[in-house]
Amino acid sequence: MNEINSKYRIVPIGPYHPLQEEPEFFKLIVEGERVIDLEINLGYNHRGHEYLAQTMTFDQVPFLVERICGICSNSHPYAYCLAVEDICGIKPPPRAQYIRTIIGELERIHSHYLWLGLAGHFIGYNTVWMWVWRYREPLLDLFELIMGNRNHYAINKIGGVRRDILPEDYPKIEEYLDLLEEKTTMFTKAILDDPVIRARLEGVGILKKEDAIAYGVLGPTARASGIAIDVRKDDPYDAYDKVDWDIIVFEEGDVLAKAKVRLLECFESIKIVRQCLKNMPEGPIETRIEDIPAGEGIGRHEAPRGEVFHYVRSDGSNMPVRHKIRAPSYMNIASNVAAVKGYSIADAALILAAVDPCYCCTERTIVYENGVKKYTGKDLLRLSWEKTEELKRKYRR
Amino acid sequence: MEILKVLFNYFIFPGFLFTAVVGMFLTWIERKVSARVQMRVGPPWYQSYADFLKLLIKETIIPEGTSRFLFYLGPLLGLISMSILAVMLFTMNFSPQTSFAGDLIVMVYLLALPPIGVIIGGSASRNPFASIGASREMTQYFAYELPFLIVIAGIVLKSGGTIKFGEIIELQKSNGPFLYSISGIIFGMVMLLVMQAKLGFVPFDIPEAEQEIMAGPYIEYSGVALGVYKISKGMMLFLLPVFIISLVWGGITDWWAILKFLLIIVLIILIKNTNPRLRIDQTLKFFWIFLGILSIIGLVLAVNRL
Repeated sequence: MNEINSKYRIVPIGPYHPLQEEPEFFKLIVEGERVIDLEINLGYNHRGHEYLAQTMTFDQVPFLVERICGICSNSHPYAYCLAVEDICGIKPPPRAQYIRTIIGELERIHSHYLWLGLAGHFIGYNTVWMWVWRYREPLLDLFELIMGNRNHYAINKIGGVRRDILPEDYPKIEEYLDLLEEKTTMFTKAILDDPVIRARLEGVGILKKEDAIAYGVLGPTARASGIAIDVRKDDPYDAYDKVDWDIIVFEEGDVLAKAKVRLLECFESIKIVRQCLKNMPEGPIETRIEDIPAGEGIGRHEAPRGEVFHYVRSDGSNMPVRHKIRAPSYMNIASNVAAVKGYSIADAALILAAVDPCYCCTERTIVYENGVKKYTGKDLLRLSWEKTEELKRKYRR
Repeated sequence: MEILKVLFNYFIFPGFLFTAVVGMFLTWIERKVSARVQMRVGPPWYQSYADFLKLLIKETIIPEGTSRFLFYLGPLLGLISMSILAVMLFTMNFSPQTSFAGDLIVMVYLLALPPIGVIIGGSASRNPFASIGASREMTQYFAYELPFLIVIAGIVLKSGGTIKFGEIIELQKSNGPFLYSISGIIFGMVMLLVMQAKLGFVPFDIPEAEQEIMAGPYIEYSGVALGVYKISKGMMLFLLPVFIISLVWGGITDWWAILKFLLIIVLIILIKNTNPRLRIDQTLKFFWIFLGILSIIGLVLAVNRL
């Protein structure tokens, strides 16, 4: 942007995004209220996951890659385990495949709910924000009931899963799916019928199909621009080819289409989880692996934001010699340049958030009272266990 | 003694202190009800007062190279105009003989001062977000002022050409409130929406949109100056419904006025919580085309005594 003259102004969003609480820098070049150009600066937070993974044993890496992102914390270990299983040439037992599919879909619902709430917040509709997140809360409780954690479920391991879903938990999951279906219907109606919401979302931030292909966008961002890509259909893994579901595609490419894709995908996810619960096979939940042979493998998983790609190379030792990760948000954020030009600043905040950039930070709680630390890490662990026990007592009568 | 009474009127009751205390309480009601609508718990009753007291002991930081006079003038304009408006509204409601020719026009001017204060303060802040906010505030001011002035003209027409606030109230007491007619309903509705914009509530909180321009004109304000902005917002939340009730719903001298007042407050909060924020161009279209035409229809109906 050498030709910037005095009538253009720069509106900085970042380096610490005031709403997304993430280190990313969007430099909006504006003329009045109109966005002329966008410069994206990423890479403020380098955590060296790929190198760290090469210093750990194969079994430790899932817990590391889980912490790449707090929201899709199942997707990265999932893709990593698929990659290592690809090296070994094995498949997990059927029951483990179904459990992985269920957790993957539940995670998609909770991630889409998170985005929907934030989208409400971004257009100043705080009621939507609070309501959506209120109904996301029981899902996190469900995760805690099944896996002992609200986030960072630690369910995946190479060759299977670490915890079984107990048959006595099925009714609770079903009960929650019913609630979720009802509420998703409610939100879909509320959002599609509200003329003011439509006025804010329709025709805003259009990402054209050719732009979407040129930028290589993934996931709901691509599907809202008319590209029917989904790893779950294109290259089915685990139980995805054993259940009946559809890819949701819209042609418009605007923010409304992105919202619609995510809302309708929630219904598809509910459908998948229901079928998986119904057809869940009996049997072991993991395949024992003695050695990981030399070789290379890839794992692809359709995370809530798009395809997560993991490449792992092994030389026969107990550590990976190369681990490459590609996260979907990295591809999607770049497409903002094409989507945001020509719209106003008021729309820019929403358009930049419409690709659902990944939120990589989860907070840890330390409670201070009168200057004295009240809870230590151990206390928090105890509190967490107590809550899990309480949930179990409540629902497993 | 007379001068003491005047000072008491402007500074204690019904001027600054009374209006500010009630206004901040209303701010709490607004926050609490919004919280309940959004399924949250909401703050305790003393939250607004605690917020203000905290702001009083905080440092007021003035950005470098800013005119101190303009920076402080912004918040003060709103506070002063609202204090004067409070005195005028209450004395003229309870003793209409104090009304003077043209006081309605004075009130319209006083209502225009808070947004001008915001524009001055925002422009003086030397911050890109503040200047965007100030320019949005200006656009929005021009947007809602058109239907507002047409409605004021309509009310003057309905009261037989008088521009005395006291006489308008007297007339409504003897002939029934203006609201109970077609044009009166239109005027009430337009005024309610204009008020929403004057208060800067969703869907018209465009100048301060915290998700887009991080509170806009207020971004550089801190300490007492920010507190004064907040307090004059609270005073507006108290005085604007009173203004509407006085003009179209028969004044505030009877006990029913409290119910009417609460009804209007509830309506404001409901509109606030069931809408997303509009864009500035959409606001302009809404006020000039939709509400402008509606208020002109009201004006025509008022001429024909409907």
